[in-house]
Amino acid sequence: MSVAPAQVTPQHRKFQRVCDIIDQHDRNPGKLVPILQAVQEEYRYLPEDVLTYVATSLGISPARVYGVATFYAHFALEPKGKHTVRLCDGTACHVKHSIPILEALRARLGLSEKQNTTADMLFTVETVSCLGACGLAPVVVVDEQVHGQMTPEKAVEVIEQIMASEESK
Amino acid sequence: MSDFVIVDGKEVRIEGERNLLELIRKAGIDIPTFCYHSRLSVYGACRLCLVEVEGRGIVASCSTLPEPGLKVKTATQEIREIRKIAVELLLANHEKACPTCAKSAACQLQAIARRLGVDEVRFHSTHQPAPVDRTSPSLVRDPNKCILCGDCVRVCHEVQGIGAIDFAHRGAQTAVVPAFGKDLKQVECVYCGQCASVCPTGSLTVRSEIDAVWADLSDPNKTVVAQIAPAVRVALGEHFGMAPGTVTMGQIVAALKAMGFDHVYDTSFAADLTVIEEANEFLARKEKGERLPIFTSCCPAWVKFAEQYYPALLPHLSSCRSPQQMFGALAREVLPERLGVRNKELVVVSIMPCTAKKFEAKQEKFVTDGIPDVDHVLTTQELGRMIEERGLRFHRLEPESLDMPLGFKTGAGVIFGTSGGVTEAVLRYAVEKVSGVQLQSVDFKAVRGEEGLREATVSVVAGVTLKLAIVHGLANARRVAERVLAGECDYDIVEVMSCPGGCIGGAGQPVSREPDAVRQRARGLYNSDKMLEFHKSQDNYVVNECYQQHLGEVGGEKAHRLLHTHYSSRRRITDEEISLVNGSNGAPLAVNVCIGTSCMVRGSQRLLQALVEHIEERGLVDAVDVKATFCFERCDRGPTVAIGDTVIERCTVQKAFEALEQALAEARAPELAAAGD
Repeated sequence: MSVAPAQVTPQHRKFQRVCDIIDQHDRNPGKLVPILQAVQEEYRYLPEDVLTYVATSLGISPARVYGVATFYAHFALEPKGKHTVRLCDGTACHVKHSIPILEALRARLGLSEKQNTTADMLFTVETVSCLGACGLAPVVVVDEQVHGQMTPEKAVEVIEQIMASEESK
Repeated sequence: MSDFVIVDGKEVRIEGERNLLELIRKAGIDIPTFCYHSRLSVYGACRLCLVEVEGRGIVASCSTLPEPGLKVKTATQEIREIRKIAVELLLANHEKACPTCAKSAACQLQAIARRLGVDEVRFHSTHQPAPVDRTSPSLVRDPNKCILCGDCVRVCHEVQGIGAIDFAHRGAQTAVVPAFGKDLKQVECVYCGQCASVCPTGSLTVRSEIDAVWADLSDPNKTVVAQIAPAVRVALGEHFGMAPGTVTMGQIVAALKAMGFDHVYDTSFAADLTVIEEANEFLARKEKGERLPIFTSCCPAWVKFAEQYYPALLPHLSSCRSPQQMFGALAREVLPERLGVRNKELVVVSIMPCTAKKFEAKQEKFVTDGIPDVDHVLTTQELGRMIEERGLRFHRLEPESLDMPLGFKTGAGVIFGTSGGVTEAVLRYAVEKVSGVQLQSVDFKAVRGEEGLREATVSVVAGVTLKLAIVHGLANARRVAERVLAGECDYDIVEVMSCPGGCIGGAGQPVSREPDAVRQRARGLYNSDKMLEFHKSQDNYVVNECYQQHLGEVGGEKAHRLLHTHYSSRRRITDEEISLVNGSNGAPLAVNVCIGTSCMVRGSQRLLQALVEHIEERGLVDAVDVKATFCFERCDRGPTVAIGDTVIERCTVQKAFEALEQALAEARAPELAAAGD
């Protein structure tokens, strides 16, 4: 699909939604967390300008909003990839060798602890603390799909299947 | 029994203490704390104030209410060990660069570690070094020395109403940072430095200009002059173990001379000048009934605060420069001829109780032809360190007197350093000028006091009274500003100082552990006033001579150029514009819609949506750039929309559409003409 030379930037729609979200929460600073959740739902992450906007609208300091946004692992301040790979590193998964899986995924995708999204914005790899599926340990969740009893090889295979299907699109 | 708490076996009466810690300290036991400040909310994080309460076990005394009958032990073996290990753990990750740390002598972490007998650190550091933020002209923020007590966060938020720094991240990654991990210079910090004043370690410190001053002092081609702010004379002694409020002006002059300063003058002289300019500005406005109340403009942290949050109030700020900057401008005008030097060779150093003055002096508007009116700003602390470095025994210095002419002042210029002092000094001038009768008493005790927000009414002549508000702490200033904007008060003068108690409580002053240090410093200033020959700025004959010989009319053209200034709206955080429509034509029409708080409340968001929809419907996306911006400094007349060069106040959807069509038509007109050729 060709892109028109000029168009309403995608930000615009989202920005409108941010206004709606803040209104829906009565502009109440006490509802900052649900507001940020809704914003992230819309945007897939929390951009700096939107956070500043939320802070200004709610009458709280940007530093405080930033503090809340960085406190919860759920909130992302960097854009996430199209596919999210969540590796469980809770106690059960950890003792069942979750870390080698993480290392294999990072090696395959060229990621590190600092950079968890691929340059082509296709994958984000993150760890979570217990998904509540300890019986299936170690667990990897790709998008909404749960993969139990993973090994480094199997996890890489799952990723490669997605890569293949993305390429054929 | 009923009204007592038993502390270590002794009865201590409950007398309205807010928590057990205050009560125990009243009993003479100095329990160590990092995160407790009587002015701030209770945080309960440092766990050093732990005590054992019978029946409850070990609790934090700062967050326990004193209840009758409580039996408290403050130093059991278990408590001693808990405190020691808490400090040991803090030290493990602390960057232990103590000998070279700016806080070295005043560091609470060092002092408490020593007090508690922490003689080894058994744990390895797991801290990843983080970059030191030196971007601020006033402060240095070193995250590697932070112990996460949160004192800075709370003082900025609760006392100053700003919140420029806050906790971010969690667990072992927790850090105190400005929004988005930016530098202090990029955010809404007003450089008041109160964070550095409460910081128990060297994590937040005053940015030193000592080296630059030594360099100029040792340059034989430079003539170095000093101006000393009122609040410095009642606090420097504390650096050398004297009681707060001890007036050491004579020793300060002697020390500066010994260090190589050629001439030493008094900022109070410029304060007298400020009184005359500001009082006349006020009286002129009062007569016309315009732009009232007048807000004082001596405090640079307040000025930046107003520029950031209340652009609509900027016309209310007195256009007078602060005494520091008046002195600088006047020194550049008067001294070269008098001292036989060129301005390039004249170095003006001010000694201030304040960290924001460093920022003020470096602003572009106070630099002429590359020469700043004030070259360097030293805080009281820095002067103390220089005196030590120079090896001068402060106690033994024979007092010396200030140099003339810029060292001559009245008491009015001296009380400038305390909250209420500027107002009182202006009253001493204005009341006499309006009534035409000499004042019986120069003391206006109604404006003195310690409360953060005080009101006073002063009768000038029959039928004319002035309503005054005196504020310290910017959170209080915010309250007054909101009420003024809402039209809920009818003050004539609002005096604002950012720091607790005014400049005497400035962050450049020695950090005091004395609970009443600020009160004693204020007493020192009022006593100084009493000891002086003159108490009213109009009696300063040197100032009067200055007008005759150099400045001309009070408030005249030259006085305005040298002694007044202007203000402009500032953004709180840089890079806030949000691009909504990006036109691709060569020169798309710029459409900016303010979405600052005031405009938002007045419906700028709906306006923005309607505009974008309209642009899409009409197929104009190529021809316009739509941006949501933060604040046009016209908050009282919002919502504000700028289309091309036209700024529309109180904008409606209809007005915006019309202006848009008109601007586009104008832009197309030359094209159409060209196409017709």
